[in-house]
Amino acid sequence: MINTLLAEAATTEKHNPIIPIWQEILVGGLAFVLLCWVLMKFVFPQMEKTFAARVDAIEGGIKRAEAAQAEANQLLEQYRTQLAEARTEAARIRDEARADAEGIRQDVLAKAREESDRIIAAGREQLNAQRESIVRDLRSEVGELAVELASRIVGESLADEARNRGTVERFIAELDSAGSTGGR
Amino acid sequence: MAVQSMVLADVPFPPSVEDFYLPSILPWGEHDNYWFTKITALVWLSAALIIIFFLVAYRKPQLVPSKRQWLAESLYGFVRNNIAIEMIGPAGVRFAPYLTTLFTFILLNNFWGIVPLIQISPNSHIAFPAFLAVISYVMFIWVGIRHHGFVKYFKNSLIPPAPWFILPLLIPIEFFSNFLVRPFSLAVRLFANMFAGHMLLLVFTLGGFAMLNANAWFLPFSIVSWAMTIALTFLEFLVICLQAYVFTVLTASYVQGALADEH
Repeated sequence: MINTLLAEAATTEKHNPIIPIWQEILVGGLAFVLLCWVLMKFVFPQMEKTFAARVDAIEGGIKRAEAAQAEANQLLEQYRTQLAEARTEAARIRDEARADAEGIRQDVLAKAREESDRIIAAGREQLNAQRESIVRDLRSEVGELAVELASRIVGESLADEARNRGTVERFIAELDSAGSTGGR
Repeated sequence: MAVQSMVLADVPFPPSVEDFYLPSILPWGEHDNYWFTKITALVWLSAALIIIFFLVAYRKPQLVPSKRQWLAESLYGFVRNNIAIEMIGPAGVRFAPYLTTLFTFILLNNFWGIVPLIQISPNSHIAFPAFLAVISYVMFIWVGIRHHGFVKYFKNSLIPPAPWFILPLLIPIEFFSNFLVRPFSLAVRLFANMFAGHMLLLVFTLGGFAMLNANAWFLPFSIVSWAMTIALTFLEFLVICLQAYVFTVLTASYVQGALADEH
């Protein structure tokens, strides 16, 4: 049985597996070249492009985020400095206002004092003037009264003589000086 | 029962090289006509499927990928980052499209080897690995000459930094390993793995039938044999991915060697 099988194998063994068949080389070559042409022209360059676009998208996204972060930080810093400036400004304004108020108060006070002094002085002056006029009035009246009284006592003729000689004036002047030296 | 025994009687055992050379599809049933066979049909199908997949997945690329777009991108990204850039460095991005095409083409062609009802890989015919290996070979030499210039490239790759009296020995060895063995090792490694994988599956599947055919009491052995077929299919899956990866990595490595400034 084995012998017959071997014999059969020997008779039909006309192919050598290590010798390529030229038709198959041609067919395989054609198929492979076609495959290469399609894939290397239409597919893989496209893939490289997609890869590059993807890398770009990711890196671009990161870059954009970083820029936004930096901008936000800068804005925050700006706001902080602005806030600090505003605070010092406010403090300065408050101090100024306080100083102004103090000055105004002093002014008002000084004016009030001045006004009161002026009023007091005016009052005093008026008082003096009135006193002067009263004294003057009194003096003439006292003279007249004294003359009238003396004329009633001494007689009517004396009246003209006393008026002529200025006796009354002299007498009152004496009275006046006596009053001013001894009265006070 | 009669039908079954007839089927069993027809099973050829042991499998031979001839099992890899199926009759032509168009014209139907003709031997020694290779233009349109199961193998070439699978190659066309692989190319078409890969083209359709990538074109559909990348019809409207978006920054936030859809599921299909993500799948296509991760396939390309895997070869680009883990093979091209890893092996060649930043300059490897240039080669990533070709390497990805190569990787997907080999992977899918290998994969037919374990797809139920198809179960033969076009790469078990040396014509396809050989063609790919020749492209890799021409590519790394071309890249080297473009980068260094003709004389400097061959000086770089043939003359290792060694004392002069040892050079007569080293130069032939370098020439042999760099310019003669490389394409053959690339092609034969892939072809032999796919060939052996298909052969293993054949042996265990047909072996089960052959044993049952010889004696009905051998049924338990047949079952073990078929279970082995399933286990080997999983092993084959590993080999399929590994060989596609190895072919691509070695191509990248040859390109890197051609671009390298020193030995």
